Amino acid sequence: MIELVNIKKGFGDKVILPDVTATMETGKVNLIIGSSGSGKTVMMKCMVGLMPVDEGKILYDGRDFTNMSEHEKKEVRQQIGMLFQGSALFDSMTVEENVMFPLEMFGKGSHKDKRNRVMECLERVQLKDAAKKYPAEISGGMKKRVGIARAIVLNPKYLFCDEPNSGLDPQTSLLIDKLIKDLTLEYNITTVINTHDMNTVMESGDHIVYMYKGRKQWEGSNKDIIFSKDEKLNDFIFASDFLREAKEMRQMEMFQSQDWRNKLKKD
Amino acid sequence: MEFRFFHHFGSYLLMLKGMFSRPENMRMFWKEFMRQCVDIGIGSLGIVLIISMFMGGVTTLQIAYQLVSPVIPRSTIAQIVRDTIILEFAPTLTCIVLAGVVGSKIASELGNMRVSEQIDAQEIMGINTKGYLIMPKILAAIIMIPCLIAIAGFLGIWGGQKAGELGGILSAEQYWQGLRQDFRAYNIFFALFKAFVFAFIIASVPSYYGYHVQGGALEIGKASTSAVVVTCVLILFMDYLLAALLL
Repeated sequence: MIELVNIKKGFGDKVILPDVTATMETGKVNLIIGSSGSGKTVMMKCMVGLMPVDEGKILYDGRDFTNMSEHEKKEVRQQIGMLFQGSALFDSMTVEENVMFPLEMFGKGSHKDKRNRVMECLERVQLKDAAKKYPAEISGGMKKRVGIARAIVLNPKYLFCDEPNSGLDPQTSLLIDKLIKDLTLEYNITTVINTHDMNTVMESGDHIVYMYKGRKQWEGSNKDIIFSKDEKLNDFIFASDFLREAKEMRQMEMFQSQDWRNKLKKD
Repeated sequence: MEFRFFHHFGSYLLMLKGMFSRPENMRMFWKEFMRQCVDIGIGSLGIVLIISMFMGGVTTLQIAYQLVSPVIPRSTIAQIVRDTIILEFAPTLTCIVLAGVVGSKIASELGNMRVSEQIDAQEIMGINTKGYLIMPKILAAIIMIPCLIAIAGFLGIWGGQKAGELGGILSAEQYWQGLRQDFRAYNIFFALFKAFVFAFIIASVPSYYGYHVQGGALEIGKASTSAVVVTCVLILFMDYLLAALLL
């Protein structure tokens, strides 16, 4: 579990995150959503330690990441896997070498064991055939999958994904979402995804944090979103007429379910 | 303006300080170091061979053109060529060229890694990127550039001999006689000392510019250009300073 406790972050006079408290739950796909400039990327960079917070605490399973020594931070970082928006694959290395890199740097065991683990991860993302190719020779969707394979190769406890679907076609996006969700459940990882993609929100959002102007505006699950009365959230999620109609249809469907009728009565 | 200078200088010193930590994996560090040795050493060998031979040849021709007095022995040409190449041309001229070749490569490589988040990816893995990416470059430069300068010195002197023979200015015997006249081993020490200082500048300054790039392709280009310009100016400044202090 990752907890953000009253974190504040600014650049010069400009405050990006005035005061954010949120919890990212273990075994769930936690989404950070919000329009451009809402502070979600800064929040993610603070969480992984690429940017120091000005105030507040970030707790990894109760351990205060913000006040750790560099050595302790390194240990936590070795439990973090991250998928970058642009995949961030090393250009000079093949797909196999890219996935092997964290293992070579920190992994124990023989070269054969490491290679087996790399092949296992590549098979998991269905890219075993592309092992000898260079990043320049594969498509955007494949790069993302290599990024995922590299992120999970050390069996991380925490997986961060920065806009995993940006620039991908809807079908590949769904594939990536499914892969991330499956891995989260399979390895019981705390997954945090920063996204704009509404498909991801509706399909994978076990726990969603909606950011508005640097503040946490709303928090809930993908099911809660359908019945949310938060105007800002609704304007963001159901921006088009098509999506608004889809929401109404979904509401109707869900309302027919007894559980939801009971839940709404309680609320 | 002066605040920007102090800001950059402070950041540069912090970058250097950040490099000194125990490598996460010595084998990977060694692999990266060897890759840099090949890139910097073997990668620049061709251009160093070409410029040093022509540098020696042109120096011989120009000195012969200026020393027209019949009272000055022809072997003096070789003596002047030797000292000019050892003291100045081999270390300084070669390093100015290497600042362009190696410096721009280092700055653009690190700049591209920064912009495409490859450095962030390594940071998140728990790697000290300054230690893993910059330190091997500086060490490789400090080892390989003095070797390149030694080669440039030999080839420059050899090129001078060939140009003298081909131009009918002086024979090989006269040239070798001149090379042995008033030879001072201290000059070799001075040239190699300069080579170490310049090598450090050639690797560290472009690393600083590349590592701190913010933006996109345009900024990588700008950083690469700034890195080469600043490196060249620093080499010339240090060249003057070392000559004033050590000669």
